[in-house]
Amino acid sequence: MTVNRYRRRKATNLLISALAFLCVAVTIIPLVLILGHLLAQGAKAVNLDFFTQLPKPVGEVGGGMGNAIVGTLTLIGLACLVGLPIGIIGGIYLAEFGQNKTGWLVRFMADVLNGTPSIVIGIFAYTIVVLPMKRFSALAGGVALGIIMIPTVIRATEELIKLVPVSVREAGLALGIPQWKVILRIVVPSAKAGIVTGVLLALARIAGETAPLLFTAFGNRFWQQGLDQPIASLPLQIFTYAISPFEDWHRQAWAGALVLIAMILITSILTRVATKGQHHSVK
Amino acid sequence: MFEGISVEKLVAWFGQKQVLNGISMKMGANLVTAIIGPSGCGKSTLIRCLNRLHETVPGARQSGRILLDGRDIYQMDPVEVRRTIGMVFQKPNPFPAMSIYDNVAAGLRLDGVRERRRVGESVERSLKMAALWDEVVDRLDKPGISLSGGQQQRLCIARAIAIEPQVLLMDEPCSALDPISTGKIEELIQGLKKDLTIVIVTHNMQQAARVSDHTGFLLMGELIEFDETRKIFTNPRDKRTEDYITGRFG
Amino acid sequence: MTYSSKGVAVPAPEVSPTPVALTRSGGGSNLADRLFKGTTLLFALSVVAIMAWMAGAMLRTALPAIKTFGWHFLFTSTWDPVAERFGALPFIYGTLVSSLLALLIAVPLSLGGTIFLVELAPNWLAQPIAFLIELLASIPSVVYGLWGIFVLAPWLRTTVQPTLGALLGFLPLFQGPAYGVGMLAAGMILAIMVIPFISGVSREVLLAVPNSQREAALALGATKWETIRTAVLPYSRSGIIGAIILGLGRALGETMAVTMVIGNRPEIALSLFAPGYTMASVIANEFTEATSDLYLAALIEIGLLLFGVTIIVNAFARLLVWSVAGNGAAKVGE
Repeated sequence: MTVNRYRRRKATNLLISALAFLCVAVTIIPLVLILGHLLAQGAKAVNLDFFTQLPKPVGEVGGGMGNAIVGTLTLIGLACLVGLPIGIIGGIYLAEFGQNKTGWLVRFMADVLNGTPSIVIGIFAYTIVVLPMKRFSALAGGVALGIIMIPTVIRATEELIKLVPVSVREAGLALGIPQWKVILRIVVPSAKAGIVTGVLLALARIAGETAPLLFTAFGNRFWQQGLDQPIASLPLQIFTYAISPFEDWHRQAWAGALVLIAMILITSILTRVATKGQHHSVK
Repeated sequence: MFEGISVEKLVAWFGQKQVLNGISMKMGANLVTAIIGPSGCGKSTLIRCLNRLHETVPGARQSGRILLDGRDIYQMDPVEVRRTIGMVFQKPNPFPAMSIYDNVAAGLRLDGVRERRRVGESVERSLKMAALWDEVVDRLDKPGISLSGGQQQRLCIARAIAIEPQVLLMDEPCSALDPISTGKIEELIQGLKKDLTIVIVTHNMQQAARVSDHTGFLLMGELIEFDETRKIFTNPRDKRTEDYITGRFG
Repeated sequence: MTYSSKGVAVPAPEVSPTPVALTRSGGGSNLADRLFKGTTLLFALSVVAIMAWMAGAMLRTALPAIKTFGWHFLFTSTWDPVAERFGALPFIYGTLVSSLLALLIAVPLSLGGTIFLVELAPNWLAQPIAFLIELLASIPSVVYGLWGIFVLAPWLRTTVQPTLGALLGFLPLFQGPAYGVGMLAAGMILAIMVIPFISGVSREVLLAVPNSQREAALALGATKWETIRTAVLPYSRSGIIGAIILGLGRALGETMAVTMVIGNRPEIALSLFAPGYTMASVIANEFTEATSDLYLAALIEIGLLLFGVTIIVNAFARLLVWSVAGNGAAKVGE
């Protein structure tokens, strides 16, 4: 009788395993579909023009997204001005002095900020940059994206600095180097590689953000005139083209998506390869 | 004339736990003093009090006086104390983000010394005194961590002596190394004696006998006996010392 | 806690505790040390300041709408920019329904997949698949939306919705014309976007279950599934719930993909085939078109609602996940 029950248990086990595998398969299918479609549609429309030309007027065929690509890079640069100082220096605080209630509060707020919808952050940037300046601008977009990247950078910095072993710190102290120099000139440089990786991951994430830019950077059909002017960005352009009624614009939207994904995936894969072994949980 | 280090009634705690019970001893100038004893007896704590590293551990404290050349180190700026009293640790710990050259130069540079010539001379002198110069002269720009264990430890010694301290503390410097590296380091200790006062903690009695002029035997936080090395190892006064040395306990 | 590439917080591997207490090594350079600590503290606190400022600024600019509509804002379904009468109910409804639909689809798939990856799959298979799932997370929302408009919606319109309508049309859920775009499309796309989130966090949670638990079950002669059921899942239950709630938080705030496939009609309808509207979508679509201060204030008030809801949801979820897997700050390694 026990044999029968054991057989039933084994059968259940097998069934569940199959179901679980099925779940994974179903999960992966959209990924394959999306990437496949991107490659199929996007590759057709990507050419040199795409990278170098401005969008053509409505209804005309051709043109490119050169300004959007440059715009995205500009916005990322601006975002770094906001996100990196707060993220890295704040991360140093959390790692070195943050074992207290203040540290807990900062970490908690960073997590909440991380879960805040990016469009809400866009509204915030609108109220503090666009309203006073009375215009949309690259600055506003940069501020929004910069705020979005703070949580990622601050936690990556904290974690990487904590990984630097006590012995390195003690070696520094034993040389008669003051505490703050030990942290700034010895500990942080030791963690530099990992921090750079964390930053790259944060950048990959904000490169694809559209919502917060809708009413901060706003978009622009021309090359950038100044940081206090509206600016084009790749995801914004993709969105505008996708919801338009023009076939040619749809085609270019796919191309834009392909380029965007390529940028993001390459960055993500590179950083993953570079940090192999650092982020493993113990099993 | 440098007077050496004088420890007077040093007591040390980790939180509520007392690990040193009133140690008093004198480490003479330009001599090698060894501290021996079974594990857990407080040797590392004692040595870490000497360069005020002990108090950086949360919950740790100490009382008593430690005189460096007549000055109480607890009345001094700890950073200054550590510039005068250097330390080499049990596991080699070169700075991972720096080259061999930069590692040795670190102490000087972070102290504000910029002139390339002075730094270069100091690096060369220190690496020679640490018996490492010949092995690394053609790869000074390679990362410090690319060296073997024994070489890394000698690098750490070079780094410590580059800032020209008066005292060098060595906390079981060879316990993580192979016999050949150990031998090299024991040799260079004899050479360093000329310019430095050395305090070495070791669990290896033969090493203490080979290397040191004076030896102190610590047991459960107490200094049981302190005397010339020769006397400790041939004719100890205390039975406990004798038992430890003859291996009756370890 | 650290963030994986998708920006979700996952428990960090345990590291040695931050050593040297600054106050201890005191002495001479104390001024420089204190200055350094103070500066880093300032930058760290700016995170808190930003959150407070955000809440305040949004409250301030939404005030006209709050004063005009009061609580009715939450319960009215009129959205009439011309007459300047605004009620957020259709958007609240749309947000909730699309998110819940997404969870309905995503939770079983995520959990099943995670169980497979952590407990059942051999390592050579698990690593690449985990990597692929994370890849899903790095695809930007707008690209999902693009795929949604040109691939998913047409497929729904031509294949799925007619089929569902034919088979289950007696349920009000599946009635109405098949547009392709609508609540069903939004729910499905949200599900795809949320799966990597829930998978990632629950994976870390499951990995945090000590092996001794599994061994205890195995030693009793349990099969793999039984081990999971009796030893692993109960241990990690609150963490998994936290992961799900994190996914919910993500779904609630998702903007672009949803905007592109939900149909953008501010009406409350029972059918999944009907177009709808979410809080994030109406902001995205109409913010730059808002012609009057009251219109803008109403939109910002919706944003404030969204902000408040996601704060609560996320805070709750973090606490749950931290209770199982530690928050990296409190845990001492080795």
